[in-house]
Formats: sequence, C-alpha cells, structure tokens
Amino acid sequence: MPRSYISGLFGTSPISPLQQHMAKVQATVTELLPFFKAALAEDWEKAESMQQLIATRENEADALKRELRLKLPHGLFMPVSRRDLLEVLTMQDRIANKAKDIAGLMLGRKMQFPEAMHASLLDFVNRCSDATAQAQTAINELDELVATGFGGNEVDLVESMIHKLDTIESDTDDIQVAVRAILFKMEKELPPVDVMFMYRILDWIGDLADLAQRVGSRLELMLAR
Amino acid sequence: MMEFGITFIILACVFGLFMAWGVGANDVANAMATSVGSKALTIKQAIIIAAVFEFLGAFLAGGQVTATIRKGMIDADLMAGSPELLIYGMLAALLAAGIWLLIASRAGWPVSTTHSIVGAIVGFAAVGLGIEAVQWAKVGTIVMSWVISPVTSGAIAFFLFLSVQKLIFNTDNPLANARRYVPLYIFLVGFIVSLVTLFKGLKHIGLELTTLQSYLVAVVIGAIIMMIGIYFIRQLKFDPAADREYHFTNVEKVFGILMMATACAMAFAHGSNDVANAVGPLAAVVSIVQNDGEVTQRSMMAPWILLLGGIGIVAGLMMYGHKVIATVGQGITELTPSRGFAATLAAATTVVVASGTGLPISTTHTLVGAVLGVGMARGIAAVNMGVVRTIFMSWIVTLPAGAILAIFFFFMFKGIFGG
Repeated sequence: MPRSYISGLFGTSPISPLQQHMAKVQATVTELLPFFKAALAEDWEKAESMQQLIATRENEADALKRELRLKLPHGLFMPVSRRDLLEVLTMQDRIANKAKDIAGLMLGRKMQFPEAMHASLLDFVNRCSDATAQAQTAINELDELVATGFGGNEVDLVESMIHKLDTIESDTDDIQVAVRAILFKMEKELPPVDVMFMYRILDWIGDLADLAQRVGSRLELMLAR
Repeated sequence: MMEFGITFIILACVFGLFMAWGVGANDVANAMATSVGSKALTIKQAIIIAAVFEFLGAFLAGGQVTATIRKGMIDADLMAGSPELLIYGMLAALLAAGIWLLIASRAGWPVSTTHSIVGAIVGFAAVGLGIEAVQWAKVGTIVMSWVISPVTSGAIAFFLFLSVQKLIFNTDNPLANARRYVPLYIFLVGFIVSLVTLFKGLKHIGLELTTLQSYLVAVVIGAIIMMIGIYFIRQLKFDPAADREYHFTNVEKVFGILMMATACAMAFAHGSNDVANAVGPLAAVVSIVQNDGEVTQRSMMAPWILLLGGIGIVAGLMMYGHKVIATVGQGITELTPSRGFAATLAAATTVVVASGTGLPISTTHTLVGAVLGVGMARGIAAVNMGVVRTIFMSWIVTLPAGAILAIFFFFMFKGIFGG
C-alpha cells in the first residue's frame, strides 16, 4: 500500500468525537421531559418505552466514550491537555448515566409525585436540560477554538457561553429549593419511603445541571492554559 | 585513460534516473501531503502542480545543491591522480542510495533521500579514498543544517499561524479580513520563492540580474501571482449557511486559494533541493569524463543534467507517485487550509533558502518541523509524536546504511573496471 509518512503524523482529532459524544448525551437528556410527562400522567406503558429509549441512547454514548478513550494514546500532542479532555468526557458521560438512573428509578418504583409538585417538577427537568444543552453549545465551539489557537474573540464567545451556563445552573438551584419546599410541606402525609426516593430523584435532576456546569469549568481550564 | 568514458556516463545516467524516479515516486507525496490533506486541491490538481513545479524547481533552482553534492563534500585535489576512483564512488553512491530508498519504501520506513545520498558519498569517500578526502567542515555544516532546518521551519510556521490568527480568525469579521489579507500572503509566497531563486542565479539559462533587478522581478512575480489569486477569490461563492456548523467554513475557502499558491511553492522547493540527490553524482561523473579525467572544482554543470533529473522526478510521480498522493488525501482529515498553508509555506521557505545556500536538507523533516510549529500555536487537534520520533530517528539509521552499501558498490566497481 503506497503511503506517505506525513499523513501518519496527524493523529485522529479527539474533538469531533467528543462533540458527537456530547450530542448523544444531550439526546439522552432531552428524552427525560417526555418521560416525566408520561410518568406524572401515570401512563406507565409510554414511560417504559421512553425509559428504553433513554437507556439505548446512554448505551450509544458509552460506546462513543470507549471509542474516544482508545483514540487518545499517550504521545499525542494536542492543543488541550489530555487530562482536561478525559475529564470533560467523564463529566459528559456522567450526565447520560444520571439521566438513565433517574428514568430507571422512577419507572422501577412507579413513583407518583403529589399533584402540587407536577408543574415545578417539569420546570425543573426542563431547566436542567437547558443547562446540559448550553454545555453542548460550548463544547461545539472547541473546533473553532483550535482554528483560532485558543485566542481572541472565540475565547470571549466561549466564556460568555460558560457564563450563561452558570446562570442557568443557579436557576436550577432556585427551582430545586422551591420544589423541595413544596415536598417538605407535604412529606408528613406521604409514605416515608416514597418521600425518601422523591428527594433522591430531585437531587439527581439537580446533578444534571451540576455536571453540565463542571463540563463548562473544565472547558474554561482549557482556555486558560 | 578514459576508455570506459561513455560507459560511465551511461551508467551514471541510468542510476541517476533511477534515483530521480524514486524521489518522484515516494518523496514528492510527502512534500505534497499537507496540500492534498487540507483538501484545498483535488488529487488531479495536486499531481499537475507537483509535476510542473517539481520540474521548474529542479531545472531553475536545483543547481546550488547539485554543486554541493557533486563537489562540495570531497576534496577533489587529492583525487587529481586517480579520477576513476571518484567516478566509481559517485556511481556507487547513486546505486547505494537508490537501492536503500527502494528497500526502505517497500518496508514503509520514513527515510530521507538527502540523508541516503550524503551518507553514501561520505561513506565511500572516507573508506575508499581515505578519511582526509572528506571535507569534514562542509559535511559538518550539512549535518548541522539537518538540525536547524526543522527548527527554523517550525518557528516560521508558528509565527505565520499566529499572524493568521491575529489578522483573520480573531477579528470581528474573519471573512472580510481573509479577503483582505490572503492576497498579501499570496504575494509573500510568490515574492520569497522567486527572490531566492533569482538571487542564487539563473546563469545556466542565460539570465543574470543585479540585486535591485532581482528584487524588482520578484515584486512583479509576486504581484502577478497575487492578481491571479484575487481573481480566484472574487470567483468564490460564499454560503453563510455553511458557517453555522463550523464558523470558519467560508474563511477556509479563501485559504484554499492561498493553499494552491503554497502548494506550487512547496513543489518548487522540493524540486530545487531533492533533484540534486539524483543528479549531483551524475554531474560529477559527467564533468570528470568530459574534462578527460581532470578533476576540476570549477567547471560549470551542463543544464541537460538538471533537465534529466526533472524528467526523472516527473516520471516517477506519473508512474507511481500519484497513487501515494491519492492515499495521502484520505490519511489526513484534520488539516484545514489555514493550518496547511502555515505549515507548507514555512517548509517551502526554509527549503528554498537552503537550496539557495547549496545545503541539501530533508524536505520531509522540514515539513514535520513546520507541522509541529503549527501544533505549538495550538492549531492542530492531534499530532502523533510517535511518528515524529520515528521520522527523526530514521536518519540516524539511514546514514550508516547508505554508507555501507556505497562502500560495497565502490569496491565492486573498482573490481569490475580496475583501478
């Protein structure tokens, strides 16, 4: 096979696989809202099919993660540190895992939230999914960052994106406080074990936004080098 | 005494063509890799550019390095009494380097043509003619240049890429700035290449210019190329929708035009430096035979020798090299025209300056240095350092390999023709 040594010089870029992974993660998270709508309406058949979809998407994300890790041997000279890159990948992956856990637990226990919580709960899920979407927007700028050598306007743009991500995340914190307050008022009338799991689900939904924010912070570290 | 005169010339022509063919078949693809890899050129365009500009580079600017290979590394005065030894040696060096390249390219080892031929000449001279026959100072300079050239091209690439970022990518309107500044880069490409070529003499085609004239001609050539570039940039159709996915898609289209100019420069530079590896020893043999055995440092080289080398390279490219170039395009997926341009122009500039100074350097190594330079500016998503190491290590192996083969063939020729 005729070849040129120079072409071997260019390793496979980890950037577009990282973006593809994030796209898959976001595709997992977006299914949570329809899942919640089905679950809150106690349409468990539909909820189950949604949960299946979430699990499939998460598996696909896992496959992409493994593939990317294999593409990152030591001795690859990159504009970003290998550690930061793997860290971002791990954070992204944990978002998908968390989404799968949330759907799994809710379906497994056929959890029923009190009517009074429904509206804020959906709002909470929606806002957390906004946070992960914003993280994806920022990650999608990585190839432009390489083109500009991590300088100039592009850095400002990404920094403003990360700033917006932080704002969304603090929104989700506020919503979480509000949702917890509603649950707190009613918790004595509800079965204690159910309440315990409701709190856990609320924590996990909040984790989605936290993890999205951590994707953003890692990206910020890449800019700072 | 030159009873085998014609035989020697024919042998030298055959070996020289074989070597030039090898350069065209394998080495040209490396020189064109960054241009084809950035997808700014189609395979067909790349092959046409390579054929035309390799030939022009070899014919117009290949003389200095050829002179170095021909007579720069061996003290010819010591050979005055036995010119036939020099002939055997040069034939041996050609054959050795050609065969070593054949073996290496079959095995897929990244060896340099330049290192092979220099190793072979130093090898036969040191063993066959005696240690004192080698111009060690000159050889030392050449080896130094092998270290300096990748570093220099790396530095140039680094700053070129920084300038591209500063002037174009990191501005409010990258596309407008690309259209404004890219023609200037195109001018730079034409200006540098033609200036260096003019400075180092086109006497062999009957053109002699003063310094001022050279500058003027270089400016004119640069301007003409820039005009052509501006024309093509005007022809470009920009699609704002394409920028949604990757914001610089349209900017890269402008760089595509620049890349064409840079690819020409690179092919020219490669031709000017690497043709010497094939025709240097050939020129040495021809001049000794024509001067009736007199070993002379002064004689001019016949232009037909460079012509022959150019033809050999183009033949190799046409018969085999095009396949290698075609695979290169698929091998490199991460190189955009803006990055490819910075790396290629840096390498071409370094090589063309080295050619003007008569230093035989490795085009491949210079290009690797340039790619690393762009990488240092955080411009390339992934550079495989393992491959870099292999490429640079290979020259340590190539020198003794070329030398040993050359020594073997030297004594073989000595046995056949007597001496």
